[in-house]
Amino acid sequence: MIRRLVPAALAVAALTAACGTGDELPQLDPDKLTVYSAQHENLVDAWVKGFTADTGIEVQVRQGKDSSMGNQIVTEGARSPADVFLTENSPAITVVQNADLLAPVDQTTLDQVDPAFRPSNGRWTGIAARSTVLVYNPSLVSKADLPASMMDLAEPEYAGKWGAAPAGADFQAIVAGMLETKGEPATSAWLAGLKKNAKVYQNNIATMKAVNAGEVPMGVMYHYYWYRDQALTQEGSKNTELHYFRNEDVGAFVSVSGGGVLASSKHAADAQKFLAWITSPKGQAVIAASTSMEYAVGQDQPSDAALPPLAALESPTVDPFALDGPAVIELMTQAGII
Amino acid sequence: MLAAVLVTAVSVLPILVVLANALGQGWSEAVADVVRPRVGELLRNTVSLMVLATAACAVLGVGCAWLVERTGLPGAGWWRVLLVAPLAVPAFVNAYAWVSLRPAMTGLGGAVLITTLSYFPLVFLPVSAALRGLDRSWEDTARSLGLGRWRTFARIVLPQLRPAVLGGCLLVALHLLAEFGVLAMLRFPTFTTAILDQYEAAFDTGTGSVLAVVLVLLCVAVLTVEHVWRGRRGHARIGAGVVRRSEAAALGRWLAPSLLALAVLVALALGVPAYSLGHWLAAPGATVDGSGLASALAATIGLALAAAVLACVAAFPVALLLRRRQTLFTATVERLCYLASSLPGVVVGLALVMLAIRWATGLYQSATLLVIAYAILFLPRALVAIRTALDQAPGGLIESARALGDSPARAVARVVVPLASPGILTALALVFMATTTELTATLLLAPTGTHTLATGFWAASSSLDYGAAAPYAVAMVLLSAPMTWLLLRQRAVVA
Repeated sequence: MIRRLVPAALAVAALTAACGTGDELPQLDPDKLTVYSAQHENLVDAWVKGFTADTGIEVQVRQGKDSSMGNQIVTEGARSPADVFLTENSPAITVVQNADLLAPVDQTTLDQVDPAFRPSNGRWTGIAARSTVLVYNPSLVSKADLPASMMDLAEPEYAGKWGAAPAGADFQAIVAGMLETKGEPATSAWLAGLKKNAKVYQNNIATMKAVNAGEVPMGVMYHYYWYRDQALTQEGSKNTELHYFRNEDVGAFVSVSGGGVLASSKHAADAQKFLAWITSPKGQAVIAASTSMEYAVGQDQPSDAALPPLAALESPTVDPFALDGPAVIELMTQAGII
Repeated sequence: MLAAVLVTAVSVLPILVVLANALGQGWSEAVADVVRPRVGELLRNTVSLMVLATAACAVLGVGCAWLVERTGLPGAGWWRVLLVAPLAVPAFVNAYAWVSLRPAMTGLGGAVLITTLSYFPLVFLPVSAALRGLDRSWEDTARSLGLGRWRTFARIVLPQLRPAVLGGCLLVALHLLAEFGVLAMLRFPTFTTAILDQYEAAFDTGTGSVLAVVLVLLCVAVLTVEHVWRGRRGHARIGAGVVRRSEAAALGRWLAPSLLALAVLVALALGVPAYSLGHWLAAPGATVDGSGLASALAATIGLALAAAVLACVAAFPVALLLRRRQTLFTATVERLCYLASSLPGVVVGLALVMLAIRWATGLYQSATLLVIAYAILFLPRALVAIRTALDQAPGGLIESARALGDSPARAVARVVVPLASPGILTALALVFMATTTELTATLLLAPTGTHTLATGFWAASSSLDYGAAAPYAVAMVLLSAPMTWLLLRQRAVVA
């Protein structure tokens, strides 16, 4: 009896497995527009829903992280299944641009975006923006004792006093801004200070929650994690406040999220339409509506009312299109941070 | 034979790819990547965690096994189940349980505590099986020749337990080298977390591959140490008489402290995760994303079934080959299979990404590639179970079938498969359960749009959204629970 049953059971198991992998797992559909996205999933989902509703064009999203995804597209080269690439920070899309894999963005799309948030070569465009902030716990450090510049955090007096998520692309973009404005020796020295002084967290949210829980007095991160938490439960931020460095400090760096169309795209027209839609007033309004709390970058497009206006942040004049991500990773590797 | 060689070759492929990629950037670059303070720091972290946690697992595992098997402990059968049950809680779920309640529990101390609580059953199981199998007559002989109780234990019992303790410790050490989730949550960087950082920062840099090569060398070192310590001494008994079970040592006034210690251990290893998961499931505002969970569950089960079938099909020819007389060739095949599979998931994942993107674009980002990665990672589990099962089918039977006119394949199908079927089912189940909680290779290889329970859990818990992570964790625990039962049944297999 068992002699017959067991092979039968095995066959059934194999068949189920085969069907399972066939039906349940969404495979890449070559007919759909493929977006490689390192942006926040909820924002991109909202964009995709709105775009498909308006145009009827179906979209599939591969979710990833800035740097690895940018380098992944470079490694994939002309065979990349991606049609559109959306990043959180500009260095990742610059990597793809430098590999000459981006098609020029339609001029009508570029015209929708504030010129400060798109590169003059028109190979990609800004789609959103975020600002560097210092989150702090007032019960551990008073406002008067906060550093005047982010550069000060490398000083010995701040040893163990601040946290950051240096393995993430967000923080690496901030350092890329520093590299651009302060040069390599100062950046290397600052990174050495980070290695000594900073507590390393998995990501911005973990940093913020650690400050909130009193594990560490201060943390360097982007603004929107705080505003999002404030708008929702405040569970991770109720004991904290934000400090903006302003004064064109490296710590007032504003990072541009990029969007581009791959030169190898087989759906180039649809890809351009997608980029046009997300930078249109309707698409940019989604940023405020989705409570992502990122800044809109469309011409005269308002961001969420809770945010201080971008113009008031006194961010440093960094050319976001010259930021050198790979150089930052090299410096951080040398400093023993990653 | 050819099939076995093919399976071995595929298993070894990841090592070759990583090695080629590490050296591809040039020898001096590779050396510069290794000789730097960061690697020293990672090495110190990795080795100290491995030594401390393995030692702690050995002490706990042997201690518990002794209490359960050789003393008059009340409710020994129940304790046995409770002490194996922590295996049903994936280590990264355990870390989540602790860290979500006590966020400050980070660094080496926390890492040693959590990995020990998660992995000590890997020592407990084989040692407990070995203790049950010991023949009391050797101890009686020793006692009759004038050795005291303690010296009998040290000179007769411990040496017999050595293979079981070492085997268990080997498993623990290899798990620790591959551990990612726990250490990322506890902010304790080791080679595995650093490789993923490098991957995140730069996709497939030489630096990541160089770190991976160092990690592979650590695996080889661990395997070698175990091999040397295991030695060549056998403890066979001549004559197939009935094994006389040892008499239970009376605990006397040690009874209460022993019970208390076991209760504390079980409370820490099982009670904390149970409490924490319940806490987060019941947390106000915890909304279960039902459709997300359902699709992750379906994807996980589909992938795990496919991986289980592939691993067993691949293990079969290797197991058949290993039944033959030991030669240098069969020994090499065996070592290579085990080595390839002692690799951390991150290395196998990274290697397959690099391989597919350049030479097998059809497989790139496909579920097939992920299933192949699982099969490579979990081949030894299938191999161990199937080999044990094949021992139920003496070689003479195959030869008889051949002599009666069956072709080799038909002989295997008609004689071996039916006899080995319980073992095959065990092998399927072991690979299935291991796959359901695999994180690192899945993170690197999952097809576009595919979330598994492990990656869904990881996405939620790494943004510290503990409430959203809880349902995924519970689903993984439920899928892993049969493991406890299977391992209790198959104790001999693990030993």
